[in-house]
Amino acid sequence: MNRILKTTAIAAAAMSVASVAQARDQVRIVGSSTVYPFASYVTEEFGAVTEYPTPVIESTGSGGGIRLFCEGVGEGTPDITNASRRMKPSELERCMDNGVNDVTEAMIGYDGIAFAQSSENDAVELTREQIFLAVAAQVPQDGELVDNPHQTWSDIDSSLPDREISIYGPPTTSGTRDAFEELVMEAASEGMDAYGGEGYTDIRDDGAYTDAGENDNLIVQRLIEDTEAFGIFGYSFLEENSNSLIGSSIDGVEPTPEAISSGDYPVSRSLFFYVKNQHADDVPPMYEYVDMFMSEQMIGDGGYLMDLGLIPLPEDMREQQRQDVSDRDTLEVADLEE
Amino acid sequence: MSQSFDEITTQLKRRHRKSARLKWLSMASLGVALLFLIVFFADMLNKGLPAFQQAMVQVEVNYNEDAETMGRAALEPDIAPLVSRSFERLIPGMIRDNPDLLGTTETRWVLTNSDVDQYLKGHRNELSEDERAAIDERVENEQVEMKFNTTFFTHGDSKMAERAGIMAAAVGTIMTMLVTLAVAFPIGVMTAIYLEEFAPDNRFTQAIEININNLAAIPSILFGLLGLAVFINFFGVPRSSPMVGGLTLALMTLPVIIISTRAALRSVPDSIRQGAFAVGCSRWQVVRDHVLPLALPGIMTGSIIGLAQAMGETAPLIIVGMVAFIPDVSASFTQAATVLPAQVFTWAGEPERAFVEKTAGGILVLLAVLIFMNATAVLLRKKFERRW
Repeated sequence: MNRILKTTAIAAAAMSVASVAQARDQVRIVGSSTVYPFASYVTEEFGAVTEYPTPVIESTGSGGGIRLFCEGVGEGTPDITNASRRMKPSELERCMDNGVNDVTEAMIGYDGIAFAQSSENDAVELTREQIFLAVAAQVPQDGELVDNPHQTWSDIDSSLPDREISIYGPPTTSGTRDAFEELVMEAASEGMDAYGGEGYTDIRDDGAYTDAGENDNLIVQRLIEDTEAFGIFGYSFLEENSNSLIGSSIDGVEPTPEAISSGDYPVSRSLFFYVKNQHADDVPPMYEYVDMFMSEQMIGDGGYLMDLGLIPLPEDMREQQRQDVSDRDTLEVADLEE
Repeated sequence: MSQSFDEITTQLKRRHRKSARLKWLSMASLGVALLFLIVFFADMLNKGLPAFQQAMVQVEVNYNEDAETMGRAALEPDIAPLVSRSFERLIPGMIRDNPDLLGTTETRWVLTNSDVDQYLKGHRNELSEDERAAIDERVENEQVEMKFNTTFFTHGDSKMAERAGIMAAAVGTIMTMLVTLAVAFPIGVMTAIYLEEFAPDNRFTQAIEININNLAAIPSILFGLLGLAVFINFFGVPRSSPMVGGLTLALMTLPVIIISTRAALRSVPDSIRQGAFAVGCSRWQVVRDHVLPLALPGIMTGSIIGLAQAMGETAPLIIVGMVAFIPDVSASFTQAATVLPAQVFTWAGEPERAFVEKTAGGILVLLAVLIFMNATAVLLRKKFERRW
C-alpha cells in the first residue's frame, strides 16, 4: 500500500510544481486557421535557425484568437494573434478595457476565396449575383422575396450549365464563411431593391448548400467525387489541388495570384497578425519572430509562404507594413472605423 | 391435448425457421461490422504504409563561404531544388558551430522534398519534366533511393511533409498519460475501496454512486471546459502542457477506474473477508492484505482500458490548447506539447497532398499502440483472473 501512498504524494508534488510561474522565452500565438499554415511555417523556421524554442501556435479561428489575445496582459495570455480579417473596433475596445492598449497591426498578404469544381467539367464564368441567387435562402421574384426556387444553374441564367445546384461550403464558425457572406452575398444583395439596400446573408437550407465542416480538405475530396458540385474554400487549397479542381472566374476575373494581389478578383481578403507590445520585455524573442515573419524571404514575392499559397502584398505596401511594425505603431480604435 | 399433431408440427417448423432467421440475421450483422473493419484497415494500410518510406538523395555538400548565409549555395545547383529545405536551412548553423567545416566537402544522404517523394511513390506532384528526368537518372545511378522513414519516428511536426514525424506527439502522449495515471489511479482506487469496503449504505453514498455512474457517460468535451476553468484559469497550470492535458483526462478516466475497481472488489467473495476477520484482522488489514491483491488484475484491466480511452481522446484537449503545432520534442510536464490523436487531427487539415499519407501513418501508429494496450488488458485478465 506504500506504493499507492507514494504515487499520491508524487502527484500532489507535481501539481504544486505546475503552479509555479516560469519566465518565458517561448512566444505564444493563437488565431485564424487560414493564417495558421503560414504562421506555423515561420515558427518552425524560427525554432530551427535561432537559439529560442519554437513558438507555440494554436489554431483557434480569428474571433477566438482575438478573444484570448484580449483577455489581458501577462504570462498566461498570448503574445500574438493571427486573423483572416481586420480586428473589429468593438474587439479592440474590449482589449483596451482589459489593459491591452498597445497593439501593433501587421498585414502579411492576401488570400482569395475560390468557387471551384472538379476539373472534369468545363470552366464556368459566374458573377457574384449568380452565386448569390444560387445560395440565398430567399430571392426576389417579381419584386417580392420568395423561398429560393432555383434548382439548376440554368434556372438562374440560361447561359449557365443545366446542372443541379449543389454547393459545399464552410460552416458559420469559419472565417471563410464570414468573408464569403461579406464579399459575395452582401455585395450582391445591397444592389437589389427587394432587400431594401441592406446586405442579405441567409443561406438556403433546403439541401442545395451543404456545410462541409472547417476542414477544407474534406470539401476538396467531396468535389473530386461529386463532379456536379461546387465548393467554397481558401485559394491555397485550389492551388494545391490544381490538377483535379478548376476555379470559376467571378465577375470575369480568374482566381490567379496576380488578380487576387491587385484586388481585381472580387472575393479576396487581407490576412493580419496583431502583436501585444506590452509583452516585449517579458518575452524577448517576440520581435525577432515578427521580423522574420515580415522579412522578404517569407512574405516577399517568391518567398517561402508564396509556395504555401499566400498572395504577397505589392512591394510598396510590404515596405510600409514592415516600417509600421518596426515602429511598433499603436493601433487605435479610430484606425479600424473606416 | 386440443392441438392436433399436424398443428404442432407446423408450429415447430415455424419456430425453427424463426430461430434460423435470427441466426442468419445476427451473422449478417457481424459480417457487416467485419466488412467495415476490413475496409477501414485496408484503406488505412493502403494510404498509411507509404508514410514509412521516404525518398533520400545522395548529395555533395560543399561548405563554401556563400553557404554561411544561404544554405542552398552548398549544394549543386541542379539538385538543390529537389533537396528538403529542412536540411538547407541547417547548413549556416552547422558552419557557425564548427568553423573547421568551411572549405571542406562531404557526401551524404539527405531528405528530398515531398514532391520528389510523392513522385517516386506514384502520387501527384509538381515536378517539371526536366526535374523528373533528373530524378529518374539518379534513381538508376542509385543516388536516389527509398529508405525506411526514420524521420517519421524521430522528429516532431513540420510544415515540410518530408520532415514531419510523430515523435513529439508520442512523447507528449506519454507525458500526458503519466500525469493521468498518477492522478486518476490512486484517487480512483482509493475512492472505490472506500465506497465498497468502508462506506455505510445510506442516501449519501447512493447519491455519490449515481453521480459517478453519470460522470462516466458525460461527453468528454465538458471535461475540457472544466479543465480550462479550473486548472488553467484558477490554478494557473500552463496552457497546452501535458500537465493540464493529463489532469483533464484524469477527470475523464476517474469514473471508469472507480467503476471497474468496485466491480473487481465486489467479485472477491465475502468468505475471504470473513476468514480474515475471524483471525482478528482489522478492516484495513483485510482490504490491504486480502481483498486488494485478489482484485488487482481486475483493477489493472479497468485502468488500462480507461487509459487507452483517454489516449484516443482529442475533444477536451482542443479546449486546453493541446492541439498545437509542436516541432520540438520535449519531455517536460510544463512545456507546450501535443498528443497522437491531436497530431492526426492537425495533419488531416493540411492542404499538401503529402500529408494524406502522414495522417494515415499516424492513425496506424495510434491504432498499434491502442491494440497493444487492449491486448495487455485482455492478457492480464486471462492470466490472473480467478473464479470463485
